[in-house]
Amino acid sequence: MARFGMVIDTKKCVGCMDCVVACKTENNVPEGYNRDWIVTVANGKFPDIHLEIQSQRCNHCDSTPCVSCCPTGASHVEEFGKIVLVTHNMCIGCKACVAACPYDARFVNPEGYADKCTFCIHRVEKSELPACVSVCPTHCMYFGDLDDPNSEVSKLIASRKNHTLIPEAGTSPRIYYLT
Amino acid sequence: MNSISRRKFLKITGFSVGAVAAASTLSPIVKGSEKINKEKVKGIQKIPTYCDICFWKCGAIAYLKDGNLWKIEGNPNDPLSKGRLCPRGTGGIGAYSDPDRLRSPLIRTKERGEEKWKEVTWDEALDYIASKMKKIKSEYGPESVAFFSHGIGGNFLKHTLKAYGVNNISAPSYAQCRGPRDVGFELTFGDGIGSPERTDIENAKCLVLIGSHLGENMHNSQAQEFAIAVEKDSTVIVVDPRFSVAASKAKYYLPIKPGTDIALLLAWMNVIVNEKLYDVEYVEKYGFGFEQFAAEIAPYTPEWAYTETGIDIELIRTTARVMAMNKPATLIHPGRHVTWYGDDAQRSRAIALLNALLGSWGRKGGFFFPSSYSIPPYPYPDYPKPGKDKVDNPDNKYPFAIEEITTGIREATITGKPYPIKGWFIYATNLIHALPNEEETIKAIQNLDLMVVVDVIPSEIAGWADVVLPESVYLERYDDLHASSFKETFVGIRQPVVESPADQKPNWWIAKKLADKLGLGNYFPWQHIEEYLDYRLTAAGLSLDQLKKEGIIHGQKQPLFIEDGIIPEFATPSGKIEFYSLQLAQAGFDPVPKFTRPEEPPSGYFRLLFGRSPVHSFSRTQSNRILMDMMEENEVWVNNDIANKYDLTNGQYIKLKNQDGIISNKVKVKVTERIRTDCVYMVHGFGHNSKMLKGAYGKGASDAQLITRYKIDPIMGGTGMNVNFVTFEMEV
Repeated sequence: MARFGMVIDTKKCVGCMDCVVACKTENNVPEGYNRDWIVTVANGKFPDIHLEIQSQRCNHCDSTPCVSCCPTGASHVEEFGKIVLVTHNMCIGCKACVAACPYDARFVNPEGYADKCTFCIHRVEKSELPACVSVCPTHCMYFGDLDDPNSEVSKLIASRKNHTLIPEAGTSPRIYYLT
Repeated sequence: MNSISRRKFLKITGFSVGAVAAASTLSPIVKGSEKINKEKVKGIQKIPTYCDICFWKCGAIAYLKDGNLWKIEGNPNDPLSKGRLCPRGTGGIGAYSDPDRLRSPLIRTKERGEEKWKEVTWDEALDYIASKMKKIKSEYGPESVAFFSHGIGGNFLKHTLKAYGVNNISAPSYAQCRGPRDVGFELTFGDGIGSPERTDIENAKCLVLIGSHLGENMHNSQAQEFAIAVEKDSTVIVVDPRFSVAASKAKYYLPIKPGTDIALLLAWMNVIVNEKLYDVEYVEKYGFGFEQFAAEIAPYTPEWAYTETGIDIELIRTTARVMAMNKPATLIHPGRHVTWYGDDAQRSRAIALLNALLGSWGRKGGFFFPSSYSIPPYPYPDYPKPGKDKVDNPDNKYPFAIEEITTGIREATITGKPYPIKGWFIYATNLIHALPNEEETIKAIQNLDLMVVVDVIPSEIAGWADVVLPESVYLERYDDLHASSFKETFVGIRQPVVESPADQKPNWWIAKKLADKLGLGNYFPWQHIEEYLDYRLTAAGLSLDQLKKEGIIHGQKQPLFIEDGIIPEFATPSGKIEFYSLQLAQAGFDPVPKFTRPEEPPSGYFRLLFGRSPVHSFSRTQSNRILMDMMEENEVWVNNDIANKYDLTNGQYIKLKNQDGIISNKVKVKVTERIRTDCVYMVHGFGHNSKMLKGAYGKGASDAQLITRYKIDPIMGGTGMNVNFVTFEMEV
């Protein structure tokens, strides 16, 4: 079974937020909330500046503090693609997972359950790309099976300089940023 | 649309006065019951259309889920979007569900600008307008009504107004935006840049952006091609006082002093000519006046330019050589919003000349020759011949103006000269934010006998109108056919996806109904726009049914470049690329661009620069709740050192005061290393003060409000707006 991950080419990304908007409409994310977001990291002194723009979301980590802390089992790793999900009707909105996530990727939906990126599992199951990946005007996002050495994502990780976010948290995140 | 936003829709009726009392001929009860009884299609429906969140007109596919609007994606068949919309287009459903939308025709009940209204029926509103128009016609002539319009949606209203006799028709897209660029290129190559731009960014081996911030400025095809160029390792050179997103993709970043771009351009050309790095064969074959041009630019060395621009001498030399090395696939992008300093046509001409030296006009990786799908016009009766000249450019004051000048019409409205302007029709352009010096706009409005605004949202300019007509958003209406000149020829259709939620009407319906009221019904021989579209498509050998199904139909491939066999023609007086412009010289202008030093900011003041955000279009989208979630307010960018000096902290709210004492709304400070110390920057379009625009009201500051000064380009009438200076007001 696949282990899905994402690769984002920060050299191409312009931080336009189309990924954020697409997620919002695709998944009907309520007003005032977003499941993905843009972080711009600027370093240096004018005019010698380095910018890295990161489209961020749940990292669908291999090691999942959000799952192990969940008192009801709502937060879980799906068999399909090892995608980290929340079963809405099992969630009691206790926010333990919200606190446990080193990426601040979760919020409590106004309807009372913990909400976050699903890697658009409803699309991926139909062999479509997640909404954010499919709309990106710069084609800077890639999605696929990290366990398949021949997948585009595996090849990009093998061939290009990259990093993950907060690796020191020890959660083995599955979103890679090409630099 | 989800149930939450539908509830909100019904709830918000707030601003209307005596709304219920105004009986409608289109009884809301009947309309409501029709809706209640309507059968909804289960499952997913996909309906192709083209976007209207900006003017790029990307082909899109709207998705309905169980009959409700769900999402919008790009149409893969569309040459502009290539299946991927920009964030604004993706957020287009927010325009449909915007609770601040205009819902019913409004007539003013108190003084202009007080925003006090009564809701009226369409018949009442159009009767009122028609009777005022007839009065203006009999007292002053039809030329005394002017039309300001932006976007393809204005086509049908333009038709009605031309039939009535209007000849003063203008859009801010010329004198407040791309005009200088098109004039500068036309003076040089005999042809403008057009929209979408004829730039072959994706094949450029060297791409030079001067103040153009692609990526933040999200014109879809341009941004997509920019990403392709970056991926192909094209050498990107960015010239900007602000370290833009594009600058972060650049190999060379030139942090130029604002207002000195011409000096840099002259020095680049100086190096390229001195070192004989230009395309000699191209220049000899197509150029006119090269020797005189070379003599004119001889004094402008990189050493000279350094003192003006602050750009390192060797950096100027190196970048000039890199450009030459990649010729002719070096594209010095002409930009789009280029009304900066009042000498913008000459700066644009300098950009044109640099491209000409490198032979990029007509070459792959430079500028292509665009073509469009030929669709015959509808055979309308001839318009009446105007009895008077246009008012915007009296005595040909701006001799090389190629379109009507908005601010010229405004001036005539204020002065009554050369003749009085008594009516303004405004379609989809918020003149309060688009034109410089709000006070002059308001002064002009006070001289009007009739002011009509047709729009989807209650913008500031709507607040000044006598009559406001609520238009259906693009997802609810047909519009004219889309056949832009581009790399491929194609036709696109806009068609209704959902019904309008209230008493909004499509522009074609408004235009036709108004024509009826004016006794001009013969100008609309068709009953429904489908007949009009069908006529034109059939005449072009196409079918409306097919276009409705596919959204986009492609024409034949056309050659794009000289290397494809195109023999270039230059519609200049010499028939060649004019390195030296005799027509400019004869009109008293510099035949080769010269540099004028910009005014320095007064002590303690900073030059106000403004630009675009990828998630908003002008001042039109700030109340779109989806896009609002992306960016709710703008920030003023202040250099870190300046922030320290003035004790400003990141995220703090301040106000800005300009050189004339005008004070802005409160605005958040963004303390950053990404900007020079002599200027500040903000995204345009925020700081709304229209009370009806509840979602956006008071959020962020308006650059337009602070632009009290402007410098008119004497060549073409554009208004340079980067000539204002601001200081910080700590009290908020």
